Amino acid sequence: MSAPGASEKEIWPLWEVFVRSSRGISHTHVGSLHAPDATLAVRNARDLYTRRNEGVSIWVVPADAITTSDPDAKGAFFESPAGKNYRHASYYTKSEGVKHL
Amino acid sequence: MTIPPVPYAIAPESTDTVSAEEQQFNDLIAADSRIEPRDWMPEGYRKTLIRQISQHAHSEIIGMQPEGNWITRAPSLKRKAILLAKVQDEAGHGLYLYSAAQTLGISRDLMTEQLIAGKARYSSIFNYPSPTWADMGSIGWLVDGAAICNQVPLCRASYGPYGRAMVRICKEESFHQRQGFEILLELMNGTPAQREMAQESVNRWYWPALQMFGPPDDDSPNSAQSMAWNIKRFSNDELRQRFVGMLVPQAEVLGVTLPDPDLRWNEEKGVYDMGEIDWTEFHEVLAGRGPANARRLQRRRDAHNEGQWVREAAAAYAAKQAVKAVA
Repeated sequence: MSAPGASEKEIWPLWEVFVRSSRGISHTHVGSLHAPDATLAVRNARDLYTRRNEGVSIWVVPADAITTSDPDAKGAFFESPAGKNYRHASYYTKSEGVKHL
Repeated sequence: MTIPPVPYAIAPESTDTVSAEEQQFNDLIAADSRIEPRDWMPEGYRKTLIRQISQHAHSEIIGMQPEGNWITRAPSLKRKAILLAKVQDEAGHGLYLYSAAQTLGISRDLMTEQLIAGKARYSSIFNYPSPTWADMGSIGWLVDGAAICNQVPLCRASYGPYGRAMVRICKEESFHQRQGFEILLELMNGTPAQREMAQESVNRWYWPALQMFGPPDDDSPNSAQSMAWNIKRFSNDELRQRFVGMLVPQAEVLGVTLPDPDLRWNEEKGVYDMGEIDWTEFHEVLAGRGPANARRLQRRRDAHNEGQWVREAAAAYAAKQAVKAVA
């Protein structure tokens, strides 16, 4: 399945853009753009997504290089954590009132 | 406008039966959640969004022209830098929106083709000329002001990529509106000729800005469906009313008169009563017979043709580099 927006009909491919807003923070997806190659994609991303000091670093990834979980199998794919609330600290209530726990 | 699903046990073969994926779509909409590009969606939903988002993108791109007109003639270097930044923002907004539309399966090139062939619509407001510097003020204050009023609720549109693009756009638009207001305020604090220029400009832009919210509710056939799909959150008339309510006190600060003799506070309803909008003019401009339709499209067509060799060269260079990388 091709990535949304990355189709054969496009003369320039679509790129997904990730920006690190400051040191110590991970790159976050901010949007997409189209560009002929990776070098121009980075430049376009700078002009398009960091006009107001939004970032200190940019990643661009060809949209069709991203592999995704099957959207139709959403329920089944993410089922296993359901019903396993013992994985969360909030499951354990008997220690209530005890400090530093 | 959603038809209640027919229970499966009663009519398994019925065409009214909602498929599992359609049910999931309906549930997401009912829960006011978001639809993402890979989700199943009704064809009508996809088409409506492609139409709305691409028209919106075209409006941003064509919207660069009335202001681009003044970049070389801005009254100071500071004004020129501000205007350049603003026009660059409009280009950026167009690109965010084109990318959002592309996630629905339409190509960038097809959208551009539709625009330059005159087959696509864009906001009728950009078919008005901008003959004076005060128009830079009116466009920011009234046109961008109306756009913000329209766009803030779109940040919650049910289609994820559209809503996210709108969040970025709204953040940037607030600078546009304020800089427009400042241009008018400086003119209103200036000489009598400058005040007259500001007032004359507001007179020309006021009504077209009110038309930006679209036809009145009883003449807006697609609105009900868009509201049922959580694309649209408020009706055209509601948003227009809200906008006028914000403008009146702002006009008082500026010292300009809004050119509507019937505009007055309605104590009972708690809103402003307004005069009749000239919808004939609106439909004329939409139909391509506005003061600057032909000029705007020609400019866009020329820009596209003049950029052809750049696009081709960039694609050829990318192809060559890709071959080198393999070798």
